[in-house]
Amino acid sequence: MSTPAAPGAVSRLEGIVSVGAFSAEPAKLAAYAVDGIAPSAAVRPGSPEEICEVVKFAAAENLAIIPCGARTKIGIGLAPRRYDIALDLTRLNQVVAYDPGDLTLSVEPGVLLHNLDRELGKHGQMLPLGAPFLASATVGGTIVSGVDGPLRQFYGTARDFVLGMEFVNGEGVAGKSGGRVVKNVTGYDLHKLMIGSLGTLGIVTRINFRTFPAPQEVRAFAVHFASAQDAAECRDAVAASALRPLTFEIASPAIANLFTRAAAFQAEPLPSGIFSPREWTLITSFAGTGAVLDRCESDLRKIVEAAGGSHFVRIGGGAAEKELSHVSAVITRLREFAPIALAASPACTIAKISVLPEHLEHALAAAKHAAEDHSLPWAAMARGLGVIYVALLPEERSEKAMNCVVASMNRIQEDCTRLEGHCTIPWCPLEWKSALKIWGPDRDDLPLMQKVKTVFDPRGIFAPGRFMGGI
Amino acid sequence: MDAQLLTELEKLLGAENVLYKAEDLLLYEYDGSVEVARPNCVVFPKDAGEVTALVALANRFQTPIVGRGAGTGLSGGALARTGGMLIVFSRMNRILHVDAENQRAVVQPGVVNADLSAAVVHLGLHFAPDPSSQKACTIGGNVSENSGGPHTLAYGVTTNHVVAMQIVLPTGELVRIGSSAVDAPGYDLTGLFVGSEGTLGLVTEVTVKLTRLPEETKTLLAIFDRVEDCTETVADITARGITPAACEMLDGWSLRAIEAYIHAGYPVDSAAVLLIDVDGLREAAAVQSEQVADVCRAHHAREVRLAKDTRERDLLWKGRKNAFAAVGRLSPSYYVQDGVIPRTKLPETLRRIEEIGKKYGFEIGNIFHAGDGNLHPIVPFDARDAEQFRRAVAASDEIIEFCVAAGGTITGEHGVGMEKDRLMPLMFSEAELELMKRIRNAFNPAGLLNPEKIFPASKGCGEIRSRPKRAVQEVGVA
Repeated sequence: MSTPAAPGAVSRLEGIVSVGAFSAEPAKLAAYAVDGIAPSAAVRPGSPEEICEVVKFAAAENLAIIPCGARTKIGIGLAPRRYDIALDLTRLNQVVAYDPGDLTLSVEPGVLLHNLDRELGKHGQMLPLGAPFLASATVGGTIVSGVDGPLRQFYGTARDFVLGMEFVNGEGVAGKSGGRVVKNVTGYDLHKLMIGSLGTLGIVTRINFRTFPAPQEVRAFAVHFASAQDAAECRDAVAASALRPLTFEIASPAIANLFTRAAAFQAEPLPSGIFSPREWTLITSFAGTGAVLDRCESDLRKIVEAAGGSHFVRIGGGAAEKELSHVSAVITRLREFAPIALAASPACTIAKISVLPEHLEHALAAAKHAAEDHSLPWAAMARGLGVIYVALLPEERSEKAMNCVVASMNRIQEDCTRLEGHCTIPWCPLEWKSALKIWGPDRDDLPLMQKVKTVFDPRGIFAPGRFMGGI
Repeated sequence: MDAQLLTELEKLLGAENVLYKAEDLLLYEYDGSVEVARPNCVVFPKDAGEVTALVALANRFQTPIVGRGAGTGLSGGALARTGGMLIVFSRMNRILHVDAENQRAVVQPGVVNADLSAAVVHLGLHFAPDPSSQKACTIGGNVSENSGGPHTLAYGVTTNHVVAMQIVLPTGELVRIGSSAVDAPGYDLTGLFVGSEGTLGLVTEVTVKLTRLPEETKTLLAIFDRVEDCTETVADITARGITPAACEMLDGWSLRAIEAYIHAGYPVDSAAVLLIDVDGLREAAAVQSEQVADVCRAHHAREVRLAKDTRERDLLWKGRKNAFAAVGRLSPSYYVQDGVIPRTKLPETLRRIEEIGKKYGFEIGNIFHAGDGNLHPIVPFDARDAEQFRRAVAASDEIIEFCVAAGGTITGEHGVGMEKDRLMPLMFSEAELELMKRIRNAFNPAGLLNPEKIFPASKGCGEIRSRPKRAVQEVGVA
């Protein structure tokens, strides 16, 4: 529960930050609420130095800080144990350095992801985060919340292309690790710890990335399968082939309706017949020159036929604007699966599962049974390398619905443990959080994580209680 | 050497697995660097249980412990800088499990890098990190140093290929971190441990990703009469968005050294060559090799050779991978640096290295992972001449300082170890180093595990360098 800090202490913050960077107006503070708890103050510092001062002050006064960007994913994690200061990083929104020739980029955390995409696009390059909430998400929030995207099939995740970071620790001291070159083993890779840390270790003030040449041409394909098992079989065959897909997602039948109706994306209409409302749909894409894409298409067609797929459709692949927009309409929806699902139900609860690829079909079967046994509408999107997002979509936000969702999720989590995988719950209605195992079962290496936390934040003022094990 | 500790060690491992006589320890004073440090004893555990017991003994007797694989490291990481017990993993060399469907392998730390790839080649898979010492170096060593290699340009370094580990902490606990499935929830401890240079724990088991072998690989040798043309080619390949699987540069000096030893078919009269691999689908490799050849020609390559078969390809790469052994034949000793620069700075960096060579009176050879800006300038010197050694170190330091000033770093793949600890302040402030030290101390509270590595000795301690070794071992370098 939130322990209100002495009002005097928080108001003294105003003297520390620059003019206009402090707010204690209730209306403004309500917008910074995390899991229903509003802070006593919000600060929008303009520099890392200012952040150091704020953190030093908070450490001395024992005030809890939660850093934030666009707050699109602020609900991920357990409810905070206490929360005094919202540290809004959106003023740190500069691209500090971008060297297209070196394919390296250094940004502040508040840079908007879509602005960055546009900037890199001018140079024929990209940052393959491909993360959800693209319309308003910041780079910092995307990295610190640990979300992924379809492009990880080819490019890996942030841990594979973040080159270094600067941050402020829990004592208000600036730290850094890594650097701005693509190869570097100097010192500990502390920045890897920051990825997905939900702000519990440090306030990230700069992130260095390697960038990638944007693919010359992308062709996507859709195929329908009678069962998740058949689709998974196709996955195995593609993995064993010479093909290296850019993206590889398997969508459950319910996704067809979900995606067609997604109100937020009506500007990019979905071409009809891509997603089957009765069958499982595989969407995969490839990059390369025309000859390479022709080869991918012909190999994929053979694999798909052998695995019993039907309705093989090529999406895009021509230079025609309409075809390109079709690829984009499909990939955008896959990327935005979480926000689309969240908008589709008043009590949407989303599990993130990770398993070895051979267990994809088993985990999908477990999700299907758990949802259907409790008569819950559901949808699932599986990535070929072993990640599944399962959305349970109750029609109402009631106690009855909660009991169903909790029972289903418990079962899915048990099944995932049996499959030697993981299942966390990044999104659910706020009042259901305490009934669900947000972080899944306790891990044996939790004591080591606690050690790490103590080093970075000895007073426990960064997002207390939000992380695994109540860290 | 404490007699009681020795008795306990022999009781635990059997006398044949404990070395302590001076003549037996000699080999373990060295690694692939110019550093020297003698352990008090060398032990060869057979499993994680024995490693745990060894760590418990070390704690009881307050003896330093240092893990070691094949000893091919290039920064003194696996040397017992303050004496104590060297734990060599050569008996823990089993591949425990290969899972082709999920592209994973579980291995003990003493498995030799190339042996793992050889064991899965019939499945069309390989372990992608390929340090030049891969025929000798171990996965445990790769994990500790976060090793690279020529093909990490496209495939990533060791950290990109490790998903889980079993570790014995310096306090004696056996723990597992990460998971075979992707995205283990919680902090990325695997990411922290890989590359921690054996200062946070002793790795007793590693789960790695296996990568599918490309359908086709094409190897090109581009020959240049001017070094500038060669370095500009590299920058241009990157700028045009071509990502070769490997892009290595060797200058004329290195070529001649290699050719005299390996007969790889390198042109000894040229100023520099690029050894480039492109791979992927047949169609992709064909297009990319043409694109690369075009860029080389646009920068006045005298000739662009395409290896016509596997034999020719292997020979070209054999030359590269044995480059440092070849240099060892020419010079009694050499000092290799591992700085990294932003790739666009390659031409000016090479000019600077030449100037530095002139200033200190050395002809500095250059063998680079050019594609990712990772330099390996070689300063040949005669270690019997202490003054020459000092100059070699001074020249190398000046190169490293230039790399850092250019926006780069002091080590790209060899590690800091005991060789570059004094250079750490070039990269990190005292406060930044302090935070890293606190991480080390949290896991390694008594400081028994691999002491006096990575972090510079506290101020006022003066500059003490260990003497250079007498002879150069024939070890490959990444």
